[in-house]
Amino acid sequence: MRVLLFFIVVFSVTIWGTSCNQQEVAPVAGDQASGLPKLTSRVAMVDIPGGEYKPFYGLDTVLVKVAPFLIDERPVTNAEFLAFVKAYPQWRRSQVKRLYADTNYLCDWVADTVLPEGINPDAPVTQLSWYAAKAYAVAIGKRLPTLDEWEFVAMADETDANAREKKSYSDRIVNLYLVKNKQHNAVKQSPPNYWGVYNFFDLVWEWTDDFNSVLVTGDSRSGSYSDNNLFCAGSAASATDVLNYAAFMRFSMRGGLKAHYTVANLGFRCAKDIEDRKE
Amino acid sequence: MTNKLMLFVLATAFLFGACGSNSEQGTATGEKQSAATIEAKGQPEEAEITAAPHVPAPVGNRAPKKLIVNLLTTEIEGEIADGKKYTFWTFNNIVPGSFIRVREGDEVEVRLRNDAASVLPHNIDLHAVNGPGGGAEATSAVPGQEAAFTFKAMNPGLYVYHCAAPPVPMHIGNGMYGLILVEPAGGLKPVDREYYIMQGEFYTKARESGLLEFDNDKAVAENPDYVLFNGKKGSMLGAGMLEAKVGETVRLFVGNGGPNLISSFHVIGEIFDNVYLEGGTTVTHNVQTTIIPAGGSAIVEFKVDVSGEYVLVDHSLSRAFNKGAIGKLKVTGEGNPKVFKKGGF
Repeated sequence: MRVLLFFIVVFSVTIWGTSCNQQEVAPVAGDQASGLPKLTSRVAMVDIPGGEYKPFYGLDTVLVKVAPFLIDERPVTNAEFLAFVKAYPQWRRSQVKRLYADTNYLCDWVADTVLPEGINPDAPVTQLSWYAAKAYAVAIGKRLPTLDEWEFVAMADETDANAREKKSYSDRIVNLYLVKNKQHNAVKQSPPNYWGVYNFFDLVWEWTDDFNSVLVTGDSRSGSYSDNNLFCAGSAASATDVLNYAAFMRFSMRGGLKAHYTVANLGFRCAKDIEDRKE
Repeated sequence: MTNKLMLFVLATAFLFGACGSNSEQGTATGEKQSAATIEAKGQPEEAEITAAPHVPAPVGNRAPKKLIVNLLTTEIEGEIADGKKYTFWTFNNIVPGSFIRVREGDEVEVRLRNDAASVLPHNIDLHAVNGPGGGAEATSAVPGQEAAFTFKAMNPGLYVYHCAAPPVPMHIGNGMYGLILVEPAGGLKPVDREYYIMQGEFYTKARESGLLEFDNDKAVAENPDYVLFNGKKGSMLGAGMLEAKVGETVRLFVGNGGPNLISSFHVIGEIFDNVYLEGGTTVTHNVQTTIIPAGGSAIVEFKVDVSGEYVLVDHSLSRAFNKGAIGKLKVTGEGNPKVFKKGGF
């Protein structure tokens, strides 16, 4: 009976998730239909070969396969997002639908298309919703990275593709995380990681396409997830590495997000499938 | 597959249990049910909350109310000891967080706002709550967001609250804890002085700037640099000493945030007339030292008979001598040679 109940819960949650996604892409489809320009990105993308990796949440024995993909070498900046809202008026602060961004959306900006005085145009854009990040990615011919893709890259330090076993790995990231107001610094001012990717930990939290998949997931790990796991000591019982405090922080952050939320230290970068390389 | 799912369901049920705030007390079950049916009338009003060592006014004879408790979670620099700065994570910019005082039967809305300048999400698990996570899930707030939940105060007692966002030991280790008192109908017996004390230990390492912050290795080893009352070395020394007059009855609401150590709370030169064991309803008498578990509390009461300075310690004494777990109660007034005098007969 309990098992049956569980299935019903998972099933209904999955359906809810699907219908939600359909809503989410709707405005983007509208953009393309109205013939708005596709933007060009000047951000270099880094080839990530993919592979199997052990996710932080879930069963120890379950490896997740990550297909090869491309990822932006750095987060999207204020200047780039400004160009986007100029081209896509529906994503300006005064015009964005409340459904797609909370009232703090781009709240520091002076006006719809004016960055505030003193802000670095090359600093990561923040205070934007998942919907806005996703719309940007589509406009530029890319997509948001999946949580697994993001976490796959996050395993690297400067010298190794997978540095998770190193004693210093989590401590170093936690140190970077805890610096305040770091989102105002320009991108690419610190050394890249093993893959040549910059600013994975030292500027902003980043949206992923399925940021809340710890709660709702269609993949093989769904059976081992529950939102209860995010709280109290329960989080430790479902983590594969209880000393990885950096990962606890990331998943804690993602677990608290809703797609219309905007946060002062939350930005994003884009990704792309390998086969879309030429686009 | 089915077996795996069953295991998962069981594990989830277990975790829920582990996270839940209250275990049933055999004798209290009946009271709980009756408390749940008490109606809280009137418009919601904002609860009086206070910074340690002070506590809000007693509930006295009032009827159950609807109360709103406003809490702001922040990450701020503050002095921990000897001029050294530490990055505290707080409820309402203080360690311990604000003292909350309600009555059995009150309906309490807890509004938690996470400061926009925070780096991390925060939430609150109040041990006084009967419900999932003690409110942790319902109040989880990313920086700049607000979340709320409402609970019925059903079990009288003194309860710890704390942030339960992962990694929990770090959130607690940085100072995210406080106390909520649920007074029984009719209130606790009036006393002359009431104070709020909370113990917590700090595991530190220094950044290049000299700023201290949480050290995970020391926390895992449960080897703190500081064991402190009210979040700062010397918080209850000098100008911060607690005060009472000869002949008065003093009630201390003592909590232990941990995250790891158990406190052996003792007041040098005093005997606790009454101890509400573990903050619950069982009262014992004539106690020298009382155990306060991590994530637990005790209420101690004693009459002060002789003037002088009384030292409050964790009687695991290296913590008092070397790590800061020390405070003082200054009792003024006449000497009382029948009770205590220097020299022989």
